[in-house]
Amino acid sequence: MDLAINPFSSGTRLRDMIRSIRACKTAAEERAVVRRECAAIRAAISEDDQDYRHRNMAKLMFIHMLGYPTHFGQMECLKLIAAAGFPEKRIGYLGLMLLLDERQEVLMLVTNSLKQDLNHSNQFIVGLALCALGNICSAEMARDLAPEVERLLQSRDPNTKKKAALCSIRIVRKVPDLAENFMGSAASLLKEKHHGVLLSTVQLCTELCKASNDALEYLRKSCLEGLVRILRDVSNSSYAPEYEVAGITDPFLHIRVLKLMRTLGQGDADCSEYINDILAQVATKTESNKNAGNAILYECVETIMGIEATSGLRVLAINILGRFLSNRDNNIRYVALNMLMKAIAIDTQAVQRHRATILECVKDADVSIRKRALELVYLLVNDTNVKPLTKELVDYLEVSDQDFKEDLTARICSIVEKFSQDKLWYLDQMFRVLSLAGNYVKDDVWHTLIVLMSNASELQGYSVRSLYKAFQSCGEQESLVRVAVWCIGEYGEMLVNNISMLNVEEPITVTESDAVDAVELALKRYSADVTTRAMCLVALLKLSSRFPPTSERIKEIVVQNKGNTVLELQQRSIEFSSIIQRHQSIKSSLLERMPVLDQTNYLVKRAASTQATVLSVKSAPAVTPGGPLKLPNGVAKPPAAPLADLLDLSSDDPPVTTSVPTTAPNDFLQDLLGIGLIDSSPTGGAPSASTDILMDLLSIGSSPVQNGPPTSNFSPLGKETKSVPVTPQVVDLLDGLSSNENAAYPTITAFQSATLRITFSFKKQPGKPQETTINATFTNLTTSTFTDFIFQAAVPKFIQLQLDPASSSALPASGNGLVTQSLSVTNNQHGQKPLAMRIRVSYKVNGEDRLEQGQISNFPAGL
Amino acid sequence: MIHFALLISRQGKVRLTKWYTPYPQKQRSKVIKEVSTLILARGPKLCNFVDWQGCRVVYKRYASLYFCMCIDPADNELETLQIIHHFVEILDRYFGNVCELDLIFNFHKAYFILDEILIAGELQESNKKAVLRLVTAQDSLVEAAKEEASSLSKIIAQATK
Repeated sequence: MDLAINPFSSGTRLRDMIRSIRACKTAAEERAVVRRECAAIRAAISEDDQDYRHRNMAKLMFIHMLGYPTHFGQMECLKLIAAAGFPEKRIGYLGLMLLLDERQEVLMLVTNSLKQDLNHSNQFIVGLALCALGNICSAEMARDLAPEVERLLQSRDPNTKKKAALCSIRIVRKVPDLAENFMGSAASLLKEKHHGVLLSTVQLCTELCKASNDALEYLRKSCLEGLVRILRDVSNSSYAPEYEVAGITDPFLHIRVLKLMRTLGQGDADCSEYINDILAQVATKTESNKNAGNAILYECVETIMGIEATSGLRVLAINILGRFLSNRDNNIRYVALNMLMKAIAIDTQAVQRHRATILECVKDADVSIRKRALELVYLLVNDTNVKPLTKELVDYLEVSDQDFKEDLTARICSIVEKFSQDKLWYLDQMFRVLSLAGNYVKDDVWHTLIVLMSNASELQGYSVRSLYKAFQSCGEQESLVRVAVWCIGEYGEMLVNNISMLNVEEPITVTESDAVDAVELALKRYSADVTTRAMCLVALLKLSSRFPPTSERIKEIVVQNKGNTVLELQQRSIEFSSIIQRHQSIKSSLLERMPVLDQTNYLVKRAASTQATVLSVKSAPAVTPGGPLKLPNGVAKPPAAPLADLLDLSSDDPPVTTSVPTTAPNDFLQDLLGIGLIDSSPTGGAPSASTDILMDLLSIGSSPVQNGPPTSNFSPLGKETKSVPVTPQVVDLLDGLSSNENAAYPTITAFQSATLRITFSFKKQPGKPQETTINATFTNLTTSTFTDFIFQAAVPKFIQLQLDPASSSALPASGNGLVTQSLSVTNNQHGQKPLAMRIRVSYKVNGEDRLEQGQISNFPAGL
Repeated sequence: MIHFALLISRQGKVRLTKWYTPYPQKQRSKVIKEVSTLILARGPKLCNFVDWQGCRVVYKRYASLYFCMCIDPADNELETLQIIHHFVEILDRYFGNVCELDLIFNFHKAYFILDEILIAGELQESNKKAVLRLVTAQDSLVEAAKEEASSLSKIIAQATK
């Protein structure tokens, strides 16, 4: 075999090239052979060799399949297609379909050749062109050549007709507007007898219905009778060897007709009634011992469940489903699980009956079946069965594969959150999941857990003790460690003194130094994880206040991180050791129990933030031990140090800086309004001139202190130093948005800028003078719509604020629609101090983020 | 619809690829690699369907070759299995007891057959005999053209002697 390049030789034959490539023992050898062949082909291309173009193209295709680049051959395809002979065209079109795809511009050059070939006298050449067009045409080509294809639908040759019908499917997919052009031809083609034509036409009709509603209506009216006849004929037909598969005549036609019937019958009662009988016939008559029969039954059941079927028919479908589910064949069970998911919408009871089998499938050896079953279980959960189901799932979590654990954990967590009426049960499940699969638990899940624990004061003792025990045995689950460390820090004294024990608990003995040991262990074990270590440091600080005798020891542990290369840890270490050492006087008030985290607001915010795909808390460089709260409840303890300015109006830097807030329990406020908002530094909304007034309102009156350790500037928490000199402005009655119910408290324009107007209307309940319900209305004054609209508010300490979700997050332009949101405020110093509020609004316009903020001081008197 | 069809050997060598959805060339090799690893890792008793990137891949092993087809989640998986079997049976009748070697050396013919069975990712013809008739008719056209070409060159060669 002479493989040397000889300019006069014709090169190797295809067969020989393949043989020599297969004979190569190493990859390098193969590359050498391929390189030689490519060189020969390239030479032949540049010489414009006619004779062996055909063979070279075949060789090129083989080389392409091996994975080598072959773009130098693309023009050759075009030349072959343009040639006159059938063999050249055949290989040319094949090369085209293999080497090119619709994104390449070279494809446009073929349009002319295609047009000529579509009009060729040789039916096989027409077929080649239709095939190529149907497989890879782009939208422009589709538009250009659609008239030719339409014409070919009327051809006399069935081979051409069926290819044209399938080609039309691609045209309609690429250019749905053309769907109406094909309606008529498609409907008339359904009268044909040739199975290939029928098959293609039925598929074309299905595609037309998807593309255009008009087509759907038209086909529904004109084709239904024909379809039923087709299905009946093929179902009843006697032995037809050409189409027979496993004793059934043309199962493919059965299936495609059933699919089209589903599309036509969906949502239409008359149509559904008309096809009722034939569906029943197919469902009962089809044998299900071979795959072909099962495929037909599957499609039939899907159709029954997709249309407005009679109850008798539905029962038939559910029975088939039951049979499939208990079949030993894995394929059939997989398909049954699929069907069950649709069946839930129709007959939940029937599906619940199969719950045990489905749970078995969750533990199946086959990962595909496990996945289906898990999704199904998730849909099946309701209030009555949630506890046993969760127990089964959590039990399985213990033994499941690593790659399945993540899915399973996510599902369990969302089930538990959705259906937990009983707090104790929720805590137990979460502790168990954290112990078994804490590493797969997502951050917002354990954040929610902390929020809940903070709200459930009677269960705090139980929580900290359970977590302590879990930590002893499952210390490698990171999320568990974080939650445990936080709890030990917060509720340390409950742990040591067995406070608020529940009936189900047994007393455990934990000394103060045991608690410190646990946190120290976590600190050492997770030397790589900054978040966990940061949380440990804070917990240690809290413990030094709760357990004074351990102060010295804690200080020594904390000080070890003084030289840590991570700035966060280093800072915390220095500051905390400084607190322990020098500021004993304020330490205890500094480290009081954290305020109750506002659960409802947190959940609302969490839902809103996932929806608005806002930066999650994970991105905040300083993860606060308090968990990422979204809104204070007015019980917020003002932060010291960098955040004298609550809404960060005066600084242009991104709100969350790398400087660590000096006091642990307070920095949640800083993160609060800094994170979760847009990346760009706050623009828009010029800081109001009354910044000073606001600073007094919410801060402790000290000037902003940057990253220092708490100095004497820092005022003790819980005390307000200055009174609030806010003068309510004259009430502004305008916009016609004043609420009629409250003449006493007129509507005000709370905020107005060039782009946005916010009005507040007020309602008070008689007998509750401190509480006010405010209805905020937002009007978009620009000509572009606002999306991802989020409104936030902050109030002084003596006021409590609760925000309900907004009516929508999209604000139409030019006041064409309004968004409303209601807030309720409780003024604990009603009568002495008026309401004041700072607001912040973020939204998107044409993809860009905007931010506006302002202060409202024109509340009507007496609120 | 069927998004792509893939034939791979047990060692992961690609024997045939046909794309009905526009995947760019670079992405194609990645896709092939991912799907191959996924399928070759499956044990023998498991079901023939795998979830992959939002679609479903239906595969069946015939001797040393895996036939894979990637479909929409809304499609009928059992029908796709039947389509694969349809294709294999036609190949078998065409080549006479087809084996992997036939498909290696005659890959272009395998493609021609596939093009008579699927267009735009949908089924074209459920009649095996009809498919074979069409493919053999086209083959004879090619043969006839070759004969003509060689007889022409013989005449010319003789004439120029």
